[in-house]
Amino acid sequence: MIRRVVRVEGRPLPLAGNDIDTDRIIPARFLKSVSFDGLEQHVFADERKAGGYRGTNRPHPFDDPRYHGASVMIVDQNFGCGSSREHAPQALQRWGIQALVGESFAEIFFGNSVMIGLPCVTASPADLQAIGARVAADPKAHMIVDLEAGTCTIGDFTCKVDLPAKSREALLTGAWDTTGLLLDKFDEVRATAARLPYSVAG
Amino acid sequence: MGQTLLRKVWDLHTVRQLPTGQTQLFIGLHLIHEVTTPQAFDALRANGWRVAFPERTFGTVDHIIPTGDRKRPFLDVMAEDMLSALERNCRDFGLRLAALGDDRQGIVHVIGPELGLTQPGMTIACGDSHTSTHGAFGSVAFGIGTSQVRDVLASQCLAIEPLKVRRIRVTGALPRGVYAKDVILTIIQRLGVRGGTGYAYEYAGDVVDRMSMDERMTMCNMSIEGGARVGYVNPDATTVEYVRGRPFAPPAESFDAMSRWWLSMASDADAVYDDEVEIRGNELTPVVTWGVHPGQSIGVDGAVPSPAQSGEDAAATTDALAYMGLTAGQPIAGMKVDVAFIGSCTNSRLSDLREAARIVKGRHVAPHVKALVVPGSASVGRAAEREGIAEIFQAAGFEWRNAGCSMCLGMNPDKLEGNQVCAASSNRNFKGRQGSPTGRTLLMSPAMVAAAAVAGEVTDVRRLM
Repeated sequence: MIRRVVRVEGRPLPLAGNDIDTDRIIPARFLKSVSFDGLEQHVFADERKAGGYRGTNRPHPFDDPRYHGASVMIVDQNFGCGSSREHAPQALQRWGIQALVGESFAEIFFGNSVMIGLPCVTASPADLQAIGARVAADPKAHMIVDLEAGTCTIGDFTCKVDLPAKSREALLTGAWDTTGLLLDKFDEVRATAARLPYSVAG
Repeated sequence: MGQTLLRKVWDLHTVRQLPTGQTQLFIGLHLIHEVTTPQAFDALRANGWRVAFPERTFGTVDHIIPTGDRKRPFLDVMAEDMLSALERNCRDFGLRLAALGDDRQGIVHVIGPELGLTQPGMTIACGDSHTSTHGAFGSVAFGIGTSQVRDVLASQCLAIEPLKVRRIRVTGALPRGVYAKDVILTIIQRLGVRGGTGYAYEYAGDVVDRMSMDERMTMCNMSIEGGARVGYVNPDATTVEYVRGRPFAPPAESFDAMSRWWLSMASDADAVYDDEVEIRGNELTPVVTWGVHPGQSIGVDGAVPSPAQSGEDAAATTDALAYMGLTAGQPIAGMKVDVAFIGSCTNSRLSDLREAARIVKGRHVAPHVKALVVPGSASVGRAAEREGIAEIFQAAGFEWRNAGCSMCLGMNPDKLEGNQVCAASSNRNFKGRQGSPTGRTLLMSPAMVAAAAVAGEVTDVRRLM
């Protein structure tokens, strides 16, 4: 069954800060499982527990009642850097996040997200600021990320968002679920293997 | 026009262009471990897929295993589950596994090269971001997530987009007491933790040319900390001699022909790069991280920066200083450490342990410091025991452990407690990385960790040489 990812709608969840690494998104001890089930309970576990979010007395965005049920995360630069753990986008997706809008994303995190049908789109710093201002004014604002149109809309504000063409194509056509595609012309895979000058025989 | 190694390897392994425009890239060697594979094997079972090329897959156990008492079943039920799952999966799908107790077991990025599995010209994938390590041999090696592990198991391929190449030339020579770890930490500090996004880093220049394979692995290992998913060094005589005679190396009768092919895969002299950077080796000093990502580092004789000195990263500096309990302007030398950890896929190879042992010999770990050495593989451990290195560490008050990822990532019994400060030869100083949500990590070379263990505080290793 092919699932196309064309458009995501819902409420926002802003999470400020550059270089938020996957150890923070999902601390390593929660990777000790043979399945991804239940990971959503542990999103940002350590910093939520620590309290005093970014030196304030506000709750962590994932505990903030204003953002309960959100589906679009708003982030800054290099979100998801560090480890290759797919557990990070899995945990966010299972929590309810269906799209991320940010200034930039770490490469492995971005790739892992596409692989599970979770789009990470980029917007300019000025547009992200404008989005942030709308979220501050109305935390329950309705947000739309439209991959087909390449836009993000919140309230009366619409801006351009980017996604590399190939990833966009994969999401729009449902080809993000890649295994079938890779097995499609298996004779060509065999031919490639046969022409390699090396083996791993031992 | 000449080509880069990346381009040559990429073209050789390209199966076809996918309808999405991505490349279907054949993966020559797939390394697997217990943490990022169980869900992938479940997907194979659910879909009735087999492992497409089982002879191109090799597994080991490293992340969750204890480095002390290894009696099965483990006290940690979840860890036992994960290990049993990998054993069962390898059995069911006919894959080779260097299991616990196997004399080849160790950290996946240590044993691949050590066994001769890792060779120039290959594409290599593993569900671990430090797979870039294998690029030291002139292979193109990717860290991947679990869905991609599923793809590689089922098809031996990845759907992936091409990378740009940035050549980083480290020129001149390194001063005494400055190691490969200091070079890569300097590169990450200068180019930033997101500077490498979209790039493969090609490390070159006189300093890299003279490096041993262990040192090149340390450099390539941390490419991902600079945002580059792939890092590599062109194969040369050092590479060829390292691989020769290893268990999975090409047999003697075809070795010369293979090594000629390996050398032909190196970037051409007239290859064109998307970007070039020069780092002057002579100017480098031993480096220590002071913050919560690997780009936040200074020379050991430097002072911790202020938010005002950090430009657009001012907020990150404020946050890092608060987490680390540091004050702007404070010298990093003299910072008290509670734990000293020598190990990890970055710096747990025999030459790393030798350098650290040279510092430790005849000295003793400071009374308030818990110090441990975790060899990267069972084989490194045995060699260190034969050479008397293990004995030097133990006599100095270090714990001598069995091979594994240990205290690099807090998935096994080796963890920081509370807000302990750890001098670590590993690769990440992220908040909570070493298993305590408030634990603090200072990254540095193994020799610098040894010096910190002895002094009980961050100290310039050159004073102990």
